[in-house]
Amino acid sequence: MEFKTWSSPHLPVEIGVNVIMRRVLLALLPGAACMTWLFGWGVPINLLIAGATALGAEALMLTLRGRPVIATLTDGSALLTGALLALALAPLAPWWIAVVGTAFAIVIAKQLYGGLGYNPFNPAMAGYVVLLVSFPLELTLWPAPGNAPDLTTTLAMIFTGAPPGGSSIDALTMATPMDTMRMQLGQGVTLEALGKQPLFGYFAGFGWEWVNLAYLAGGLWLLQTRVIQWQIPVAMLAGMAAMASVFHLVNPEHYATPLFHLFSGAAMLGAFFIATDPVSACTTPLGRIWFGLGVGIITWIIRTWGGYPEGIAFGVLLMNLAAPTIDYYTRPRVFGHGNGAPP
Amino acid sequence: MAELQRKALPVIDPEFTQRYHFHGGLKLPGCREAASGRPIQPAGLPSQLVLPLAQHIGEPAECLVSPGDYVCRGQRIAQAVGSISAPVHASTSGTVLTVEPRPVPHPSGLPAPCIIIATDGKDSPAPDMPPALDYLNTDTDTLLERIRTAGIVGLGGAGFPTRAKLARRDAIELLVINGVECEPCIACDDSLQRERAHEVIEGVRILRHIVQPAACLIAVEDNMPEAEQALRAALAARNETGIRVVNVPTIYPTGGERQLIKVLTDREVPSQGFPADIGIIVQNVGTAAAVYHAVVKSQPLLSRIVTVTGDGVQTACNMDVLIGTPVSHLIAAAGGYTDQIERLLIGGPMMGYAVNTDAVPVIKTTNCVLAVTARSMPAPPPAQACIRCGKCTEVCPADLLPQQLYWYARSGNHDAAQDYGLFDCIECGCCAHVCPSHIQLVQYYRHAKTTIWEQEKQKQKADIARMRHEARLVRLERIKQEREEKLARKKQALSGKSAGDEARQAAIQAALERVRQKKEQAATPPRNTDNLTPEQLRQIEAADRRRRDRATPPQDTD
Repeated sequence: MEFKTWSSPHLPVEIGVNVIMRRVLLALLPGAACMTWLFGWGVPINLLIAGATALGAEALMLTLRGRPVIATLTDGSALLTGALLALALAPLAPWWIAVVGTAFAIVIAKQLYGGLGYNPFNPAMAGYVVLLVSFPLELTLWPAPGNAPDLTTTLAMIFTGAPPGGSSIDALTMATPMDTMRMQLGQGVTLEALGKQPLFGYFAGFGWEWVNLAYLAGGLWLLQTRVIQWQIPVAMLAGMAAMASVFHLVNPEHYATPLFHLFSGAAMLGAFFIATDPVSACTTPLGRIWFGLGVGIITWIIRTWGGYPEGIAFGVLLMNLAAPTIDYYTRPRVFGHGNGAPP
Repeated sequence: MAELQRKALPVIDPEFTQRYHFHGGLKLPGCREAASGRPIQPAGLPSQLVLPLAQHIGEPAECLVSPGDYVCRGQRIAQAVGSISAPVHASTSGTVLTVEPRPVPHPSGLPAPCIIIATDGKDSPAPDMPPALDYLNTDTDTLLERIRTAGIVGLGGAGFPTRAKLARRDAIELLVINGVECEPCIACDDSLQRERAHEVIEGVRILRHIVQPAACLIAVEDNMPEAEQALRAALAARNETGIRVVNVPTIYPTGGERQLIKVLTDREVPSQGFPADIGIIVQNVGTAAAVYHAVVKSQPLLSRIVTVTGDGVQTACNMDVLIGTPVSHLIAAAGGYTDQIERLLIGGPMMGYAVNTDAVPVIKTTNCVLAVTARSMPAPPPAQACIRCGKCTEVCPADLLPQQLYWYARSGNHDAAQDYGLFDCIECGCCAHVCPSHIQLVQYYRHAKTTIWEQEKQKQKADIARMRHEARLVRLERIKQEREEKLARKKQALSGKSAGDEARQAAIQAALERVRQKKEQAATPPRNTDNLTPEQLRQIEAADRRRRDRATPPQDTD
C-alpha cells in the first residue's frame, strides 16, 4: 500500500497568522469603543477609511507584485495596520489624511520592502510619522473629550474640511492634555496649577485615562492568550515610568507624574499593540526588553522636550533601526554551550 | 583534568528530590492510552523477514550469507565493521532468499541493502549459541563482548551501538535508565516496564555492574504510575536498594537524553559532546531488557516491543515483534487499516517520519508505527512569511533562535546558521508545531545540515584527490630519475672507465653551466629591448630626448 509523506512534525498546527491578527484586532475593540464614546463618530469613520485604504492598497500592490491576493489579504495584517493608524489619528482630521497615511504605510513601508515579514519599520508608525511631519495641523483636530460633535458635523468636518453653518473649527476642537501639559509646563505653569484645569481627570488627561485603561485591558487579554509576550510592553512602560519618576522626583513642579505618562496619549496602545509588532521589533527575549526600554525612554524624552505631541511613533521607528543590532548581541545561550558544561 | 572541569558542574543530589527545567518544550496531548491499556501481544511469524544491514548509527554491517543459505534463529548473518557498528542476527530460522536493496524505515525514503529470509516456521535455534553468564562472576570485558556480539543498540530510537556507548566508564557518577517515552502516542517503553519490569531491573543490574556508577536510577514520566509501581515492586522483590525510580514531568521532549539529564541533574551535556563528558551514561529501558536477554538468556537482539496505534489502524496495541517483520504484517495483526488511512509514520507524531510503503520492516530502533487519517493529522497548511513572532524561541528546548536559523538556512548562509547553533538543533519539531506561519522549520534545518555534511565530504574528497595527485607527481619524478640513473650506469658500463670519467666530467660541467645560466636568468629577467633593430633603437633614443627636453622646465626670464 502506498502512502503520502510529509516532513515532521505531524501534529496539527495550533494557530495561524490570521488568528493572531484577528485577536489583536479584537483586543483593540474596548479602546476603540472608549475613544468613540469620548470623541464621537470621527473614530469609526477614520477606522473605516483607513481599513478600506489598507485593503485596497495591499490588493493593488499584491497584484502588481504577482502575489496571491485573497490568501494574503485574509491574513489580516493590512487591516491591522490600517486600524492602528486610524486610532492614532485625530478624529476630525480630513478624510485624505487617513488615506495618505495608510497608503504610505502599506505601499512604501510594507509592500515595497517585500510585504508581511520583511518590513524593517512598523508600517503604521511610518505612515503616522509621514503625516505628522507633513500635515501637523490636521493631526491636532481632536474634539474635547466627552463633548464630541454630532454625526453631521463630524461628516462635514471630515469630508469638507469645515464644520457646517460657518461655525469655527476652534469651537469644536481642543488641545489634548499632553499638548497642554507640554506647552504650559514650558511656560512655567506649575504642575499643581495645571492639575486643577478641567482638561485633567483623576490621574491623567480627562477621558484619556479611560482610553488607556481600555487599551490596557485589551493588551492584558493578548498577554493572557499568548498572542504577545510580556517583554516589550512591560519594558516600554517601565522605561517611560522610570524616566518620569526620576525627573518628577527631582523637580515635581516641572515634570509630569509617571502615572500621567502611563495613562496619557497612546501609551497603552503603543505598549501593547504598536511596539509589539513582531516583524519590526526585536525577536530575542532579552532583546525585546532592551527594545521596549528604548521605546519607553525615547517616548518620554520626545514628550517632555520634543516638539511633537506624542513620541511613541518616533520611539518605535528609532528602535526598529536598532533591532537587528540588539538581536545580534542578545542571543540566548544555546543549550550545552558555556555555563553548566565543561569547555 | 576531567575532575577539574567537573567541579564546575552542578552537584548531583543523591536523593533526586528536585527536578530541574530545560527551556521550552511542549505539553502535548497524550494519546498513549490507546495502546497502553492492552497487554503486549506477539505479532506472530511473517512469511518473510527483511533485515537491513544498517539498523544502527555507524558503519553498516557486512553480510555473511548468500542466497540459498539456511539460517537458524540467533545465527549471525551480518558482522559489525569497526567499533561503531553492530551485527545482525536471523530473528527466526529459514532460507536466505536474496540480498538486495529494499525500502527501509529511513527519512530519506531510499532503499538500502537488506537480507531477505523466507521463514520456515520451525524457529530452530542456532546450535552454537554462547553460554548464559552469571554476570556477578564475569569480568566486564566478557560482558561487554557479549553485548557487542548480541547486536544490541540503543532501542530508544537513535540506535547507537550499546557497547560503544559503554566504552567510557571512567568516573561515571550516574547511570540513568530512560523509561520516558520519546513522544506522545508511543507506549512501548511504558508497556515493557509495566509487564516485564523484572527483565528491565535485571538488565539495569547488569549495566550497573559494568559501569559501576556512584548512583543509578530509572526515570519514568509522572503519567506512568503503573510502570512506576511495577518497577518499584520488582525492586522490592529483590531487596534492591541501589536503584531508584524517579518520575519526571511529562513535557515533550523530556525523553531526549540531553533534556532528561538536565531535568534530573541540572547538568548540560556539552554541545557536540557526550553524556560521559559530564559523568553520566543514559540507556533506554528496552536496551536494559535486551542486555538481560543477551547475558542471562544468551539470546541476541531478535525482537522488540513496537506500539501500533493511530486512528488509521483498527486496534491500537503493543506488540512483541521479530526484527525484520514488515509493517504490513503488524498492521494485519492489529486488525488492518481503517478506511480513511492516509499516512504511515515510523515513530511518534513529532519526530517520526512518514514512509510511502508498508513494506518497510521493523528494525532495532522502530518504537512505533503510527497510522493516521487526514482528520487527526491533516496536511500542513501552505507556509506563509515568518513574522518573527518568536513562538519558536519560546518552545525551543535547545535555546536556539529558530526564526534566525530558518532565515540563514533558507538563504543558504550556512556559516551564520552554524554560528546560530544549527548543529545543536535536535529536530524535536516544537518550533514547527507552534509556528503560526506553518513553516516546515525542521525540514529547512535538516536540509541545511545535510548540505553542510555533503560539502564537508566533498571537501575531504577534494583534499584526498589533491594529495593523491601530488603524490603521483612525486612518484613519476622519482621513476624518471631512477630510469635516468639506470641509463647513465648502463652507458658507463658500456663505454669503459676512462670514457666514463670524461663523460661524467662533461655532464658535471654541463650541469654547472645550466645552473649558472638559470641563476643569471633569475637575476636579470630578459628585457623587451634586448634584441632590437637599429631603426627601433633610433626611435627610442629620439623619444628619450623628447622626454628629457620636456622634463626641463623653461627658464624663468625675470
